[in-house]
Amino acid sequence: MLLIRCPYCEEERPELEFRNAGEAHIARSANMAGESDDDFEKFFFIRSNPKGIIYERWRHIHGCARFFNAVRDTVTDKFVMTYKAGEPKPSKLPGAVK
Amino acid sequence: MSGAFRIPSAGRLSQAKTARFSFDGQSYTGIEGDTLASALLANGVHLVGRSFKYHRPRGFLSAGAEEPNALVQIERDAARKAPNIRATVQELYDGLVASSQNRWPSLAFDVGAVNDIASPLFSAGFYYKTFMWPKAAWKSLYEPKIRAAAGLGVSPDKPDPDHYSSRYAHCDVLVLGGGAAGIAAALAAAETGARVILADEHADFGGSLRFETGAKIDGQDGYGWAQAAIAKLKGMDNVRVLSRTTAFGYYAQNFVGLVERVSDHLQSPGHDLPRERLWQVRAKRVVLATGSIERHMVFADNDRPGIMLASAARIYLNHYGVAVGKNVGVYTANDSAYAAAIDLKKAGVNIAAIVDLRDHPTGPVIDEARALGIEINFGRAVIRAGGKLRVTSMTVQPKNGGGERTIPVDAILMSAGWTPSVHLFSQSRGKVAFNDETKRFVPGIYAQDCVSVGACNGTDGLSASIDEAYAAGAKAAKDAGAKTAKGTKPKVDASESWSRGMLGAAPGAGPDKTVKAFVDFQNDVTAKDIRQAVHEGMRSIEHVKRFTTNGMATDQGKTSNMHGLAIAAETLGKPIPEVGLTTFRAPYTPVTFGAIVSHARGPLFDPTRKTAIHPWAEAHGAVFEDVGQWKRAWYFPKAGEDMHAAVDRECVAVRTNAGLFDASTLGKIEVVGPDAAKFMELLYTNPWEKLEPGRCRYGIMLREDGFIYDDGVVGRLAPDRFHVTTTTGGAPRVMNHMEDYLQTEFPHLNVWLTSITEQWAVIAVQGPKSRDIIAPLVEGIDMSDGALPHMSVREGKICGVPTRLFRMSFTGERGFEVNVPADYGQAVWEALWAEGQKHGATAYGTEAMHVLRAEKGYIIVGQDTDGTVTPNDAGLDWAVGKKKTDFVGIRGLTRPDLVAKGRKQLVGLKTKDPKVVLEEGAQIVADPKQAIPMKMIGHVTSSYWSQNCGRSIALALVAGGRDRMGETLYVPMPNGVIEVEITGMVFFDETGGRLNG
Repeated sequence: MLLIRCPYCEEERPELEFRNAGEAHIARSANMAGESDDDFEKFFFIRSNPKGIIYERWRHIHGCARFFNAVRDTVTDKFVMTYKAGEPKPSKLPGAVK
Repeated sequence: MSGAFRIPSAGRLSQAKTARFSFDGQSYTGIEGDTLASALLANGVHLVGRSFKYHRPRGFLSAGAEEPNALVQIERDAARKAPNIRATVQELYDGLVASSQNRWPSLAFDVGAVNDIASPLFSAGFYYKTFMWPKAAWKSLYEPKIRAAAGLGVSPDKPDPDHYSSRYAHCDVLVLGGGAAGIAAALAAAETGARVILADEHADFGGSLRFETGAKIDGQDGYGWAQAAIAKLKGMDNVRVLSRTTAFGYYAQNFVGLVERVSDHLQSPGHDLPRERLWQVRAKRVVLATGSIERHMVFADNDRPGIMLASAARIYLNHYGVAVGKNVGVYTANDSAYAAAIDLKKAGVNIAAIVDLRDHPTGPVIDEARALGIEINFGRAVIRAGGKLRVTSMTVQPKNGGGERTIPVDAILMSAGWTPSVHLFSQSRGKVAFNDETKRFVPGIYAQDCVSVGACNGTDGLSASIDEAYAAGAKAAKDAGAKTAKGTKPKVDASESWSRGMLGAAPGAGPDKTVKAFVDFQNDVTAKDIRQAVHEGMRSIEHVKRFTTNGMATDQGKTSNMHGLAIAAETLGKPIPEVGLTTFRAPYTPVTFGAIVSHARGPLFDPTRKTAIHPWAEAHGAVFEDVGQWKRAWYFPKAGEDMHAAVDRECVAVRTNAGLFDASTLGKIEVVGPDAAKFMELLYTNPWEKLEPGRCRYGIMLREDGFIYDDGVVGRLAPDRFHVTTTTGGAPRVMNHMEDYLQTEFPHLNVWLTSITEQWAVIAVQGPKSRDIIAPLVEGIDMSDGALPHMSVREGKICGVPTRLFRMSFTGERGFEVNVPADYGQAVWEALWAEGQKHGATAYGTEAMHVLRAEKGYIIVGQDTDGTVTPNDAGLDWAVGKKKTDFVGIRGLTRPDLVAKGRKQLVGLKTKDPKVVLEEGAQIVADPKQAIPMKMIGHVTSSYWSQNCGRSIALALVAGGRDRMGETLYVPMPNGVIEVEITGMVFFDETGGRLNG
């Protein structure tokens, strides 16, 4: 069982308290009704499914109930870092080479 | 005397404490502290099982967890039958009853052994090749036959009466393995004050110190030192010592699963004791001290009972006081078997000969063996074993060929060397590295905060192991935040040490031979099978493994993996590391379902939710149905009524007088805040800004793709306060969906969401007399139609307690939903019930509720919709705010496929024969005479007998359904085709007049 650091509670808690909520940094358009078919396709259907670093959303559903973002390596299953919802995608990851 | 092969001067068990037991109906006597294996061996019993495929007679290979052969069935009583128990691990207790497996009619005469004679037919990949054709025979013939012949042991056919427990634990340093290295590491860590857990799978600690007679530590013999150290550790407050505890799985972030066998070794376990206890340990640091496992020699008929690992014979002698034979042969490629021969010789057992594959080995054990007068043959191989139910001889030949000599023996001890137990390291996702010099895989790159010490790390010699382990234990504690150790390192005064050994098939079992030289005993895989797999094109060791099943039995290849790999590598002509090692996976040894399930059985498997009114329903004979975790009253049968009769009566009563229905399970969410209306506008298709406080609206929630996600009536209590209802099953996900948008997409909105499902009990009072029933109990609310019209809500009091009184209807009748604080739910229900009795009211359940709403064409999300239905498809286009510029799903609704013609639309169905009730889920076709497979144009979503309509009614999703009004369609069923007519969805009171009736 993974330990996940909730950026709101500021502590590591067991995976059982959390629920994954899919890929992060996919913004909903402010003009949703006016989106083209292609843009809506990208927004709703297309996900990156990377081998390696993924940016994803988690919810501390059985804790503080907040949604937050996490950087996880899909190869090692290790969490690189977590940060609050609404914060920008981190430009530099801790421990990354260069 | 506890067996003819017991040597009173040897071993550590007290001869005074005898234990009687039986094996295959025969009674024997052992000693307390014996394993079933040592007790049987003390009685001269070697034959204990039949192999899986060839049904070959098998005995004990080992004395521990790696045992592939000696799997037995242990029965305490009819419900407590445990198959596949390793006799080498099962501790003896007085009255133990064991039996052998995989044989018929008896262990000594097994009909299945014909497979051994027919073995040329059963080569590697046999199943894959043979049962391919004819295809139809697989299901009717091959699979049932194979299933009957396969499997080891018999599973119990009654529920497990034992209980199991589960514990979470945290520690600074978790030490896995309680041999010399593990104890040293635990001591070092414990002396710093760190929280330490030390676990070992055996009943007593010491690991190889249990059989090594040459070890001396801190002035004591090795085993004595281990016991003293364990006693010291047990006395420390910061240390937990767990025996009979196997670490079976190493998971992410130093999360380790251990199972403690609490009472399987007890004669009559108390009812307060669990059978097993699952430990889920999160450790800051893990020290792996899992030791190593001896390998067997791969030669012809090396599986005959009486042939075993040299170290096993030593444990049986030095710990249990049991000689494994009277005239013992030894076959080895390393020194450790010499020590076994020496110990046995000193105990008075004749050593027929030592056969050593090596040409000119030297060393103290060899000198000692020679000095004891043991015959030693260098550069020779045992090319075959004689005997069937027990080994009778070994045939020796110079390893490069030459004259054969057959030596009579009643046991053969063998040692091809030692394999470091890297299982847990590998499970931790660490990468093993192949040491070319010592020909073994040892821990290479670590993936977690753990360290391997001693034999499992490839460290040779007791002194080096203890040095390494002590330092690692202290460092692990320090890394976990503890102080520096202040104890003293154990001092090794004397020890034993071995040289390398060999991998793969021994001479006489080479590529030119067709003999049965077993690599994997439990799955009957021979050296020849592995070569054949390579010859048939398997290149990866993972493919070789699956093709031959090498290492895939319950022992997970603890003794066989390295031999199999070496033979595959040799056949492929590649170095071992290029062929690679198969991945080790949890569990290390089999784990019972009981330990994993623990208390989560029966009523504790999943929470059961009951409403405040549940006790009343129970007392009034309700039959309940499960709706998610909820128990809901399904119908209330009166004496002599079946379900149909009860539901018909309930449905008619509601439309004639009134009915009371417990709607408490309805999901309820309070949406509060200055931006509550804006939030509602975004989450629901409907417009909300202009809904006046005190009024209600039926709301539809979509997903972003435009499909219906949930629905429910929403009441606006105040400009900034909405009381939202959801479907019973949808409440948690709707709450999650709302929170998601509020927190991440619309965080600028000043809104709070509160789940109030459990705070309010809901009593639906529906029917022409509903107002007459409620009105006398209500204070502060004008109940007239003018003041409280259909779809409105008021706050006031009922029976003196606060209420949110909704005027709404899910039946099409005049109706109310009385919300009261849950604690008052049953009291208010009882008051309404008493009032209702004056007006002929009845209690109705979910089934009548379903029928009544279907009579009115009201949909149930999840039954009449399935995640591919839009509001338009469901005939609910009126609920989508056409002037709105945004809501979740607005863009999805305009996707090309969602606006295309011919979509499936929700319509009503009437069978031509009104008495015929369609099956929900039945498919609908336009032409029943077309060829199969027919073109299906829709399916039935809801179908009931409606006593109020005097006929059957149904709802269905049909392609282009609303353009087919009046059309006749067909529902082909096994018993014939049913004719149906497409109708509107409202079957009763089409004008809706009864809402105010």
